[in-house]
Amino acid sequence: MAFRSGTDARAPDAACEALSLDIVATPQGVRAALARAAGMLSRADLCPTVQGCIELVLAEALNNVVEHAYSTSEGGRIAVRLDPRGETMLLELRDNGRPMPDLTLPEGQLRPLVGSGDLPEGGFGWYLIRRLAVRVTYRREAGTNVLQIEMPLGRQSKGI
Amino acid sequence: MKFTTRGTEPQVIGVRETRIDSAVAIQFKDTMRETLSPAARRVILDLSEVEFIDSSGLGAIVAAKKSMAPGQQLDLAGLMPMVDKVFRLTRMDTIFALYPTLAEAEADAPPRLAGGTEG
Repeated sequence: MAFRSGTDARAPDAACEALSLDIVATPQGVRAALARAAGMLSRADLCPTVQGCIELVLAEALNNVVEHAYSTSEGGRIAVRLDPRGETMLLELRDNGRPMPDLTLPEGQLRPLVGSGDLPEGGFGWYLIRRLAVRVTYRREAGTNVLQIEMPLGRQSKGI
Repeated sequence: MKFTTRGTEPQVIGVRETRIDSAVAIQFKDTMRETLSPAARRVILDLSEVEFIDSSGLGAIVAAKKSMAPGQQLDLAGLMPMVDKVFRLTRMDTIFALYPTLAEAEADAPPRLAGGTEG
């Protein structure tokens, strides 16, 4: 790849093949997808933290589709693709649920943690995605939500 | 959702599951509510078998803390690297005391029993 440094010749072996899944949009479907993704990622010989972060971000992205895009409908499906691209792993999710409000990705700000009675029990998902990904894009394409998340694979990552 | 519990001061609740995710978050909250001893001032949640937690699982642990009476404290022990990372990234390490092992949690004197002094 163009920006692989000469001194770090042994880039992560992400030469594993891309993985495509078509899952049912339920928490159990998400679990099954994550198990398949973990198998694929373990063949890519990544460091455990990098692999763990990819699994976490994929989980958060899938949970969002189940809980929001398909919150009012049953039987929805999600097409998931994990595609190694040199220095990053592309995660692509396609679903036919409701579009993002205003066709815009949530900012994912972490709310201040004050007192124990008023602690937030949710709203961490987009924060984690944005914190760990190098790039996140969303578009609506003929009734389909297309979410693309690029996760760092190597040592030139965001200091995670 | 399998839990074990022993002792009352501190009460040690062991989560005998490998994942706390959206598939079990509600069950986790319910089981915690049933398991928590109202008599314990300090409760240590042993997470040493938990390999994966997502934001739903994190929210379930926060909900468990919020369900406790004033003066009760919930500490977390045995965090595997990715579980630890999720708590630190979301700054929940400022809300919970995190211990690498259950032994360290048990050896530590209760650092800051809230004792109704909040607010």
